[in-house]
Amino acid sequence: MTPSESYISIRNVGKKFGDFEAIESISMDIREGEFFSLLGASGCGKTTLLRMLAGFETPTRGDILIDGQQMNDVPPFERPVNMVFQSYAIFPHMNVRDNIGYGLRRLKLPRAKRNDMIDEMLELVQLQGYGDRRSDALSGGQRQRIALARALILKPKVLLLDEPLGALDKRLREQMQVELRRLQRSVGITFVFVTHDQEEALTLSDRIAVMSGGKVLQVDTPDGLYERPRTREVAGFIGSMNFIEGKVLSRVNGHATLGLSAFGEIQVDAKQIGFVEGEAVPLAIRPEKIELLKEPSEGAVPGSLELKSYHGERSYFQVRVDGCDDLVSVSTQNAGRAKLRALEEGAAVWLKWRDDAFIVLDKN
Amino acid sequence: MSDVSYIRRPNRVLTVYAYIFLIVLYLPVLSIPLFAFNDSIYVRFPLQGFTTQWFVQLWERESLWDALGNSLRVGFFVAALSTALGVLAARAITRTRLPGQSAIVAFVMLPIVMPGIIFGVALLVLLSRIGIPLSLYTVTLGHMIVCLPFAIATLLPRFEGFDKSMEEASADLGENGWFTFWRVTFPIVLPGIVASLLLTFTISFDEVIMAFFLTGTEPTLPMYIWSQLRFPREFPSVLALSTIILFVSFIMVFAALYIGRMGLQKNDR
Ligand SMILES: Nc1ncnc2c1ncn2[C@@H]1O[C@H](COP(=O)(O)OP(=O)(O)O)[C@@H](O)[C@H]1O
Ligand SMILES: [Mg+2]
Repeated sequence: MTPSESYISIRNVGKKFGDFEAIESISMDIREGEFFSLLGASGCGKTTLLRMLAGFETPTRGDILIDGQQMNDVPPFERPVNMVFQSYAIFPHMNVRDNIGYGLRRLKLPRAKRNDMIDEMLELVQLQGYGDRRSDALSGGQRQRIALARALILKPKVLLLDEPLGALDKRLREQMQVELRRLQRSVGITFVFVTHDQEEALTLSDRIAVMSGGKVLQVDTPDGLYERPRTREVAGFIGSMNFIEGKVLSRVNGHATLGLSAFGEIQVDAKQIGFVEGEAVPLAIRPEKIELLKEPSEGAVPGSLELKSYHGERSYFQVRVDGCDDLVSVSTQNAGRAKLRALEEGAAVWLKWRDDAFIVLDKN
Repeated sequence: MSDVSYIRRPNRVLTVYAYIFLIVLYLPVLSIPLFAFNDSIYVRFPLQGFTTQWFVQLWERESLWDALGNSLRVGFFVAALSTALGVLAARAITRTRLPGQSAIVAFVMLPIVMPGIIFGVALLVLLSRIGIPLSLYTVTLGHMIVCLPFAIATLLPRFEGFDKSMEEASADLGENGWFTFWRVTFPIVLPGIVASLLLTFTISFDEVIMAFFLTGTEPTLPMYIWSQLRFPREFPSVLALSTIILFVSFIMVFAALYIGRMGLQKNDR
């Protein structure tokens, strides 16, 4: 492993608040220069993990290394990381320039150099001309930019961001997402980004750690998480998903045949499956990977349309299949599919899929 | 008027009540400046004519200036010490999780409602047991007990009103605890500190009960006034002195309230 593969190394890190275990035991590596997101529902421990990286919380066990340096006993003001707080924490008694230059005092730079650095930052976050404004009279988006500039001016090895876009309205949030991505590319600093918004994490990140209940469920690229979720929890958290139980019928050479009761049989690569004949296998399939037909076809499963909903670029269809308790969710792109949209609720439909559209999940 | 909520609507009965309340409260007080300018040593109607001679008399009284000096010295010390301790206490209360925190806060605030005479007697007994002679130091000590809860009560809202992540941001940007205090915490709570200084100084300056028990040979101004009440001829100049004190106290308390609120409304937005 090259050193940059594990720029931030989190080893068996756990955190207890009294008897409450906020972080159970997390081990993962974050690479140099990547945009890494912590994704999970509120209360799953994202902020706690981030605050341990910043030094505001001490792990109750485990080690944190940044760029090869042990961090456990390093106080926040000596760590090579900076943070953008959820509330931004802009100093209300200072103007924009003084906020951005706050961390420069210790560097004892000549005044001109200092001013140059601040100007450069103002430009980077597109706040030219705002330097002398009072900081408590600015909008949410502007405060957020100040918080970014104030942290980036110190050229940290890692920038930590705690739901920085959470307080912004939708349009501004989307605009800031683009900008954040541009910023991260141009400064090349490792970003560790906390969010509970899966779409945000998917658009921004190089890699994502999906968290739940103080644990990391899976660390992967956005398309890895979407296409190859390992557990039911991850699969359900990102996008929508149909879950189906299969049974191993036979194993021949590299292939296993799974019986899906009402859905017939499918063939999957047996390498993914460590189990024996007769065992249950949790499977998942994305709604857009199921084909919806109006007429019967070779190998298609019959059902009836219960519900349809129009979502602009896509339409969603909930289909009842005999012998299956859950409705099957199917989605189609709305380009030239007016035929399908015209389907009445209650109509007979047929479902078809490729065997490799099924994802084999870990058992848990 | 429709944009004014029910609870904010002007209420005539309450307004009248407020005015009557203020008149009843301050009418007796107003008689002090009134008689201070009256050309008679007797405090009674009808007024005898306007004079400033009582103020002039004050000017020439050496012992009064000594007493004033004592009160100012005690006041400065009490204000500085109780505000400094108040800052530490308010910080501790808002920034750390102490077990039994609300009980501690209640005990700290207790002197506001406890009769001063109890603390006065208790301190007197204690000091004489340990053998510490009464002096301006003991008065200062007594005043600290009276003033500290007021200092904390003035400072707490300032500390509660600002985001803890402000201090964390400073640490994150490389400043240690000391510089974080000077560059972030102190400027943000400064109005509260000024308000606390003014308020505690005023309280100490007017305080009688503690001073009564704890004064040694050097009287504070209120003690001096008290001693002068025995001499009817001195009474008008006591009134003149009270007038001045009243005036200065008013200004200081209003300044304290005004400064204390400064910035708080801004943060509410
Ligand atoms: N200082 C603390 N004391 C006690 N419990 C805490 C503290 N900080 C966080 N927690 C708890 O730890 C859990 C994780 O919190 P947090 O990391 O803030 O979650 P997230 O940022 O994912 O919403 C929550 O249940 C929260 O109540
Ligand atoms: Mg959080």
